[in-house]
Amino acid sequence: MSAAAAIATPNSTYPIHTISLFVNNKPGVLVRVSLVFSRRAFNIESLVVSPAAEGRFSRMTITCSGDPDTLEQVVKQLTKLVDVVHAIDHTGDQAFETEIALVKLVCALDERTHILQVSEHYKARVVDFGAESLILQVHGSSEKLDAFIELLRPIGIAELVRSGKLVMARGKRIT
Amino acid sequence: VEQKQPTGGEKLIQCLEREGVEYIFGLSGGAAMPLFDALLDSKIKLILVRHEQGATHMADGYARSTGKPGVVLVTSGPGATNTVTGLFTALMDSAPIVVICGQTISRMLGKDAFQEADVTGITYPVVKHSYLIKDGNDIPRVMREAFHVATTGRPGPVLVDLPKDIGQAPCEAPFTDKLDLPGYSVPSRGDPERIETAARFLNDAKRPVLYVGHGAVIAEAGKAVTTLAEKLRAPVVTTLLGKGAVDETHPLHLGMMGMHGTAYANKAVAGCDLIMSIGGRWDDRITGRLEDFCTNAVKIHIDIDPAEFGKIIRPDVAICGDARLVVEDLIPQIEMGDTAEWLKQCEHWRRQYPLKYPKQGGLRAQHVLDRLDALTRGDAIFTTDVGQHQMWAAQFLRARSNRHWISSGGAGTMGFGWPSAIGAQFGNPGKKVWTVVGDGGFQMTLCELATAQIHKLPVKCLIINNNYLGMIRQWQEMFYENRVSGADLEGNPDFVKLAQAYGVKGLRIRRPGDADRILKEAHEYTEGPCVVVAEVVKEDNVFPMIPAGASVAEMLVEKPRHKLAKPTGST
Repeated sequence: MSAAAAIATPNSTYPIHTISLFVNNKPGVLVRVSLVFSRRAFNIESLVVSPAAEGRFSRMTITCSGDPDTLEQVVKQLTKLVDVVHAIDHTGDQAFETEIALVKLVCALDERTHILQVSEHYKARVVDFGAESLILQVHGSSEKLDAFIELLRPIGIAELVRSGKLVMARGKRIT
Repeated sequence: VEQKQPTGGEKLIQCLEREGVEYIFGLSGGAAMPLFDALLDSKIKLILVRHEQGATHMADGYARSTGKPGVVLVTSGPGATNTVTGLFTALMDSAPIVVICGQTISRMLGKDAFQEADVTGITYPVVKHSYLIKDGNDIPRVMREAFHVATTGRPGPVLVDLPKDIGQAPCEAPFTDKLDLPGYSVPSRGDPERIETAARFLNDAKRPVLYVGHGAVIAEAGKAVTTLAEKLRAPVVTTLLGKGAVDETHPLHLGMMGMHGTAYANKAVAGCDLIMSIGGRWDDRITGRLEDFCTNAVKIHIDIDPAEFGKIIRPDVAICGDARLVVEDLIPQIEMGDTAEWLKQCEHWRRQYPLKYPKQGGLRAQHVLDRLDALTRGDAIFTTDVGQHQMWAAQFLRARSNRHWISSGGAGTMGFGWPSAIGAQFGNPGKKVWTVVGDGGFQMTLCELATAQIHKLPVKCLIINNNYLGMIRQWQEMFYENRVSGADLEGNPDFVKLAQAYGVKGLRIRRPGDADRILKEAHEYTEGPCVVVAEVVKEDNVFPMIPAGASVAEMLVEKPRHKLAKPTGST
């Protein structure tokens, strides 16, 4: 499911699509939504669910890759679900996108200068400064996060948690 | 006088009364007891079935034959899981049924209580929508929504799971007509601009074909489609489930298209310059190999479900809306078509490739069905099971009116025929109802002989008995060097004696010459159900046939002499 792992999947020959859903905030909605993907053997790369401005609705932001024709069908099938108010594929429509990541590094003192230099360049913050480990928090586009993580990989990443992509349409367009 | 506060179960049954429900097809159990108890004080009639799958197909047959929703009531756990096949069948064929399941008490949900199953979880992929009621005050709204969702737009099955404690507790909530469905809307009229574009294409077409699917049946669009066909002078073909929307004896009707459709319908589809689907979904049984399907024809697609556009075929014009309303809006824009040459060609095909079968060599299903068509002349509701008999029935029983032909198309559910006929008979007490089944499928739901007998339903069951899973045997003969595997139903009972054991009248046809007399006797018998067993030749094949995944050009009108490659299309 992780976005980092997605880079290695065969699906990645297709571009990553970002789909936003506005749904009823009810039990079972997430299952109904994920079944639309799994029935077509689509792997969800990332998924964010949160309450919408009005509490009876939820927001889902889903990224996945797959051939465009099938994805178009997936969006139609999502829209068809009774609990889905709307489903929009934001791929290529210049919506604002962001993601947050937490990276834990178990590192010796002599490695820290290099780590902090990289962090400064990516505007990452040290949110936990331990004797044997650091936790870095970075946000921005998923591509920026990918690049940051790749730079840290040689040092040895102990743990990585990413929020998944968040998206919001610009101007008066709805998300 | 102070009125007694109803329980949740009583409230739910009262909601069903409010929806105009006449019959509930059901089987009781521990978790459903509050609901069955409430039924005793209701005017709704309970039809006690012998297996829950039968209940779902009865509700389905009731729904498809009347246009009204069919209702099922079962208990938790295995009672509910036995409805899965029926839900799937109803979903694939867009039939409006509401399945109500008893559930264990709320606090035991997810704790492996006796007969507890995650029924909403198990059924997600086979329902249009479903509810697990967690608060008794939701009952009136949930029931109103369940019937609204099941019956509107593209109809489908809705499941309601009711924990026993909620069924037993007092329910204070009043009846309501308010729906809380912000994600659900029902299309009605089509977009005028698209209809205008479609009309332009239709008026320009030299060789148009109207392809009529189940959506036309559901929308009662048949009359409008007939008017359109006559004005445009265009031939009509139907899918398996579209039969009956337009009278099949109409001169412009070429019968069923697709894998086992008439050769002339398939020739027309292959040769057309425009094909318009009216409530059809370009199923693989219809199109065969997509790369070769109507490659140069304009494609117009009318459907109430926008997810169907582009799913299989990318149409030149897609019109989302109710099939009847869209066709009615099209008609005034249609000019009298100049299609004389095309109709002449279609008639030529009709004469050149008629449906035929050998008249010698024993009793044949086709002969029995041909005679049944002659006897009933469309004045009967037909349901079928799945297999060879289904295709022969589709070829030889010409449906003359809407909702008079009912078959499991998308799901291909064996065991559907007999209970669906029982449901249709309950919904249409004044009509003759026949089911045509095979010996294989009939044995999957034959326990419902008891259900029909106890109500003295005059429903007729024609068993085409070849002691084989015949369609499987046909494929094995044609594509697997006749290596028959798992298709021989040796050990079949004597179906006449079986019927008699249930107190049901049983008749047998052995010779072609007996068919008229026996069928007539069954048709006129009104004191209860009647089973007619036609002991047909064991090894017969359905033709025409387009092998799965092949193109219309590869259609076989008779048994091929050469060895055939294994089909590449879906099943």
